[in-house]
Order: sequence, then structure tokens, then C-alpha cells
Amino acid sequence: MTARITTRRQFLALVSGALAAGEVAAQLDPNIQALRAAALEAAVRKITGGKPVRAGKVKLQVPPLVDNGNTVPLSVAVDSPMTSADHVKAIHVLTEKNPQPYVVSAYLGPRAGRASLATRARIADTGKVIAIAQLSDGSFWSATVSVVVTLSACLEDGLI
Amino acid sequence: MSPAAGEIPLAERRSGYELMSPETRAMQDDEATGPAAFSLLDGEALWRRKEGQAGVACASCHAGMKGVAVRYPKVESGRVVNLEQQINVCRTGRQKAPPWAYESRELLALTAYVARQSRGMPIAIEWNEATAPFLEAGRAAFNRRQGQLNLSCAQCHDDNWGKRLAGSVIPQAHPTGYPIYRLEWEAVGSLERRLRNCMVGIRAGTAAYGVQELVELELFLMWRARGMRLESPAVRP
Amino acid sequence: MARVVVNVPARAKRGEVIEIRTLAGHAMETGFRRTQTGELIPRDIITQLVCTYNGVEVFRAELHPAMAANPLLTFTTVATETGTLELKWTGDNGYAATQSASITVV
Repeated sequence: MTARITTRRQFLALVSGALAAGEVAAQLDPNIQALRAAALEAAVRKITGGKPVRAGKVKLQVPPLVDNGNTVPLSVAVDSPMTSADHVKAIHVLTEKNPQPYVVSAYLGPRAGRASLATRARIADTGKVIAIAQLSDGSFWSATVSVVVTLSACLEDGLI
Repeated sequence: MSPAAGEIPLAERRSGYELMSPETRAMQDDEATGPAAFSLLDGEALWRRKEGQAGVACASCHAGMKGVAVRYPKVESGRVVNLEQQINVCRTGRQKAPPWAYESRELLALTAYVARQSRGMPIAIEWNEATAPFLEAGRAAFNRRQGQLNLSCAQCHDDNWGKRLAGSVIPQAHPTGYPIYRLEWEAVGSLERRLRNCMVGIRAGTAAYGVQELVELELFLMWRARGMRLESPAVRP
Repeated sequence: MARVVVNVPARAKRGEVIEIRTLAGHAMETGFRRTQTGELIPRDIITQLVCTYNGVEVFRAELHPAMAANPLLTFTTVATETGTLELKWTGDNGYAATQSASITVV
């Protein structure tokens, strides 16, 4: 099978082993972007049970230009009074281009006081980072940020 | 001794810290839960631990290490010695314990802890009669073309700092924060480890850890950064 | 030896929202990397963090391979009463680490 490695990042990801497990042919699969998009869609559907996700209420902060994809600080805040009647039940963070879409799922409740979460993620390639909040009324809200991921210069194993 | 022609004027020097995103800088500033936190905790434990046949801890002899890391590498008895090597000198000579391997978790942790005691202090390497021959050698190494790409350190870091190389901004290459947590390594590492990465970048071979040629280069780099504040342990991409 | 750092304010006013920062020492091997000879390095990650406040769960997180090495989680809770916050990290290959912090609520 001929493989179209379209980006330098894909080639580097292949040789460094950052791509998904499986056959070599699958790793060189020209449809890998489509496969990952499908995996992301399936993950979102699993979280929402097919219910609609609206943009809003969620603030996702990720650096737009990532210094190094190994460790990307990000934070999520959701606009919510966090009362028993009206609070955020869960915050999910996902990525578009990683070998699997989930980063972290956090389960909150009124005792959180504030719906906020911060952590450090691995982001393999330039693409979207998505935060989805599940509210106590059963609704889902999201925010999406596009990030650019570059490689550092002068590494341990070559290829600049 | 002022910078030679082509070297960065003192007032124009910038730490690699300034090239990082605010989020990455925040990781460096956050000592308690930054990525180097465990190394510092390990280092503190090692500082207090009684070691070797002599059964003494660093803390048994040393009240503290404030102001030490900014004076390393140091010229002693006709050789130049870096901080890692000095720690091993104490280990073998005073604690009567076997030396730690370069880049071992213990050596890095203790170096990080010692260097941390000088965080915020200006780097204090002097060009004087004792250091001159080593600094000249280090400067020559910095300016020498090497490797398959036939590049010198100076060509990137004196002449083209601020411009981009493959998506990253070229820093001035001041070792203001060693040992660093390099995000690329997902670990703490020494200046010599980082220099090896540069050598890979220009397709040059490298000598073993700790040889005089490398420590001379470390000395020159620290002298080149004299007066700049130590950030150890820093975070870098 | 499993290492954890927990940052909790020592004192807080009743009803105040406090920030908890916790960090676990772990390489978070993703399961997607390969050795130089092509063998897959098996996954070995922390999969869960649970925070209890005087025994009641107030926060839970599920972690995936896309969490960075030495994972950090920062979240909030309402300071309701004096007592103990316990952070428990669990993961692949029987990984478990627990660390507590006391808080005085006035």
C-alpha cells in the first residue's frame, strides 16, 4: 500500500513511535486522519449519549503555539453557580489528533464551589483541543481551541 | 573582559525563559508542583541523608549552598570542574561513597537542589589569570565549525538568535537554569546532556561526559551569561 | 516508591472555595511508543485520582495516556469543616499512592 505521509510531523511521529498501535500498514494508513476524526466523534457521542453539544459557558485556555507537545498546560473553567440545583457534573478534555481522543475526565459536584480544572496534557500534533462540560440539567456545553504544535530543535535522536 | 566582535552585547542578552509561552514560564515559576518538583524533593532528601563509609550527610558539613552554583564551573588545581563533578568529589573524598553516574537520578536531584539555593542570584564567573586559558579554550570551541552541518555554536546562538529553526525560535543559549526540566526529555537533565542534543543537531560526535573540553565549553557559556540571574531548575522546551 | 505532592491551604474560612494542587511522580508511558527495534512499549499510566474530604468524595478524575508525565491536577473544593483531605492516585500494574493534607476551617 502506498502511504501518503503528508506532513513532516507525521513522518517524525511514525519513526518516534507516537502513532497508534497496530500493523505498520495501519500506521501508514492514508486515512489515519479520518480514523482519528471518527474516534473523536465516537468519544464525544459516548460522553453525550448522542445529545447535542452547544458552544458556550466553557472557557478553555491552552497556549495557541505550544512550546513542546509533551507537556501542554491547559485549564478549563465553566460558568456555573455550582449549587445543588445547578452545577457542573463533569468536565471532559479531548484532542483531535492524538492516537486516542481522551485526555482527562473530571467529576465535580456542588462541593467543588467552582467548576475549574487545570492540568498538563500531551498533544501530538497541530489540531483542536475540546473541553465538554456536562451540567446537572443534562445539557452539554463545549469550547474548542486550535493549537499549533512544533518540535523543539536539536533533539536526542536526530531529525533536527 | 568584554564580549569579542560578533558576540552578543551584554545589555542585549536574554534568557531562554523569555522565549517561552506564559504557560511554560508559569511551570518554571511554580516550584511546588512544577515538573522538576520531585527532583528537588529527592535532592533535599539526599542532602540530608548520611552516605558512604564515613556516614556523613552533605548537611553535616555544609550549612547551605547559597551562592555556590553561580560560581561553577570552577578552576581548581589546573583543571576546570563542574558542579556535578564537585558533588562527586565530596561523595568520594568526604563521604567515602561511590560516585554517582552522570545523568543518574541522584546526581541530577542533588545538583538541582544545590543549584536551587542560588536561584535569583547573578551568575558569577570571572575572566582572570586562573580562568583565562580555560575560557579561551571554551570560546574557541564555541566558535569552531563542527559536524556534518559544519556549524559553530556562534553561528546559531550569536549570529541568528531570535530567528526560527524548524518552527522553534533560536535562543541565545545561556545556561541560566541548569539542571533543567526539558519538556522534550520529560525529565531533568544537565547542561552536558543538552549540549549533546546540539551536537546531534549539527551531526557532530560528542566526547564522554565530564571531559575537560566539554567542561571548558560549560565554563565559557556560564561566563558568557555572567550577571544574568540563575533560574535553576528551569523548564525549557 | 510512589511519590505525590499535595498543595492545600492550611487554613480557610468556612464556605471559602480553596484550590487543591496535586502532582504524582509517574512516567505515564502511553502504550503508543515503540523501541528502536519496533516493539511496542506497553502502557503504564495512572488512571484515576480520587479526593475525599473527611471521607466524602469531592472530586474524581479519570486519566488517559494523553496526560503529561508527572501528572498535575488542580481543582477546587468548598472549605466546609476542619479535617483531612485525602488524595488517592491509582493506575496500571497496581500503582497506588495516597497523600493527605490537613485543613483548619474557621
